[in-house]
Amino acid sequence: MTPPRSPGFDTLSLHAGQQPDPTTGARATPIFQTAAYVFRDSDHAAALFNMERAGHVYSRISNPTTAVLEERIAALDGGVGAIATASGQAALHLAIATLAGAGSHVLASRALYGGSHNLLDYTLRRFGIETSFVDPRDLSAWRAGIRPNTRVLFAETLGNPGLDVLDIAGVAEIAHAAGLPLLVDSTFTTPYLLRPFDFGADLVCHSATKFLGGHGVAIGGLLVDSGAFDWERSGKFPELTEPYAGFHGMDFQEESTVAAFLLRARREGLRDFGACMAPFTAFQLLQGIETLSLRMDRHIANTRAIVAFLCEHKAVASVNYPELPTHPDHQLAKTMLPRGCGAVFTFEIQGGRAAGRKFIETLRLFSHLANVGDAKSLVIHPASTTHFRLDDTALRAAGIGPGTIRLSIGLEDSADLVDDLAQALRASQKL
Amino acid sequence: MAIQLEVGGHTAWAYTGGKSFDATLPVVLFLHGAEHDHSVWALQSRYLAHHGRSVLAVDLPGHGRSAGAPLVSIEALADWVVALLDAAGVAAATLVGHSMGSLIALECAARYPQRVSRVALIGTAFPMRVADELLTATRDDEPVAQAMVNLWSHSALAHYPGNPGPGFWVAGVNHRLMQRQKPGVMHSDFAACNAYTNGLTACGRITAPVLLVLGKRDVMTPPRAAKDMIAALPNAQVVEIEGAGHAIMAEKPDEALEALRAFIP
Repeated sequence: MTPPRSPGFDTLSLHAGQQPDPTTGARATPIFQTAAYVFRDSDHAAALFNMERAGHVYSRISNPTTAVLEERIAALDGGVGAIATASGQAALHLAIATLAGAGSHVLASRALYGGSHNLLDYTLRRFGIETSFVDPRDLSAWRAGIRPNTRVLFAETLGNPGLDVLDIAGVAEIAHAAGLPLLVDSTFTTPYLLRPFDFGADLVCHSATKFLGGHGVAIGGLLVDSGAFDWERSGKFPELTEPYAGFHGMDFQEESTVAAFLLRARREGLRDFGACMAPFTAFQLLQGIETLSLRMDRHIANTRAIVAFLCEHKAVASVNYPELPTHPDHQLAKTMLPRGCGAVFTFEIQGGRAAGRKFIETLRLFSHLANVGDAKSLVIHPASTTHFRLDDTALRAAGIGPGTIRLSIGLEDSADLVDDLAQALRASQKL
Repeated sequence: MAIQLEVGGHTAWAYTGGKSFDATLPVVLFLHGAEHDHSVWALQSRYLAHHGRSVLAVDLPGHGRSAGAPLVSIEALADWVVALLDAAGVAAATLVGHSMGSLIALECAARYPQRVSRVALIGTAFPMRVADELLTATRDDEPVAQAMVNLWSHSALAHYPGNPGPGFWVAGVNHRLMQRQKPGVMHSDFAACNAYTNGLTACGRITAPVLLVLGKRDVMTPPRAAKDMIAALPNAQVVEIEGAGHAIMAEKPDEALEALRAFIP
């Protein structure tokens, strides 16, 4: 039987969560730059505070502009709702702080963004939340790593720095068999390339700073819930299935079958930790999402052109991109990422650290900085910047070579990007 | 907060709106629609529970947390409602039903006039015929049937506010709630709606005040499909809500609440 045609991705990118403003007729999403909202009367106030009515009270908890962004990403990811946060880091923290406390354990991929690794391996440990790390490709390691006090499994859709493609269905099955949710960082893929919920993930976090915003102008994070995980059946999450004294004795799972996690995360984590998103940031990210598919298609097309160029270049020892048959996850990528494997990848330059440094310094169009997912092309050489203190052996242990270059491919004319890379590669080999 | 009651040999579960159930207060019993559970009433039931009423937002048999198989006819569900009132020690209650739940409320009020003080029918129609293609899909391909119903239940891609609060994607909440019901429930529910023939007779027998809350953009139970009911009801008020589709409590939660507040003393 043919399913009915629901609104498509591009339509949702433009319309989900927003309609012309009922008061002013504004077609674009207005920036509701207000800290608080007037109550109609005392009963209305009490009802809003007690979740008897839906609405806004204070912009740390919710705001009409950020709510549009939250609903839009939920629609695109196929979830029930979302919470916008001050950064991608704040989204990850909110997810973990909602599910875990002192004495809890997180089982995470070892192929993570450095900031996420810092949060898990150092900072949360100080608050009594322990994390152990596994090779994301090793399903038996995931299975063996689960402990009685594990509360969540966490990995990135495309791991750092090797672009390990996460077998979401495989890891989700292991998590669910243990009564645990799988949280996935989908920053590199965005819902246009991959919808983790379709493969069994339960929660998704994004650094919206990257491809969702797409222009490198706003820091923001998003935490999305599939609404599919059965917290009651798991029995491991009293925060969601027993009365919470901090919010009128509410049992969030009773209150809402599919919204329990986000209700608790907003009513506790956003309320108390306070890492909310500013409405102007939400507006900027919405502007980015309106053109997400157009931009991602161009990011991918440019990336493919540059990968092909680098693969043929004699100054390049290897290229690490999952669409290449040499990548260990090539087959998985073909199944899970048919639209493309993102626009961030690494290659090894011949000549090690010195060649890498020269290459970076000779580039003209590529910007040398620590970010990805901008409309402009970006580059970084870890051995001479973020990891400059490590010797070659320590670098290898982190999955990085002395000549590893990471590129984030932007939206420029691909021929100009190729020309820029060609001249810098030439220069790098003349040392 | 919730209570569990033994009804018909199975455990029935009901959300009580964040307050302990108190049968000495005016009782409002909420009946959800097909392939749903109590949580479609979260806002309205919680409000009334904190404003002088005691509420029971039930999970119908086989739905949500209530045990047993789904009951296969509207008449059997109407009898189940009265058995639940017996188990809860409630002499008479206001019944509020959505979609399939509205038919249950209607039939229950006609069968047991002493037990039903008022009836609110939300997103209702009679006959509640189910298109052949959809009924077949509920039996043979639940994911497709759920996608159909989800698409047809909503009138827009944005709602102010989202339900159950800002930041929730209303269509996503509804879709996932349907997916969370057990296999087979959807067909049982839709077949029960399709097979119910006693609606106009029931309308003629009802002595209690009746409220109909209809969504002006509802394509599942459009307002015109309630005209025969309204004509047959001796004592009906009708509230039509602008911009609401079939998922009235989610799309227009405040308007749905205001209609109930004005109707329920």
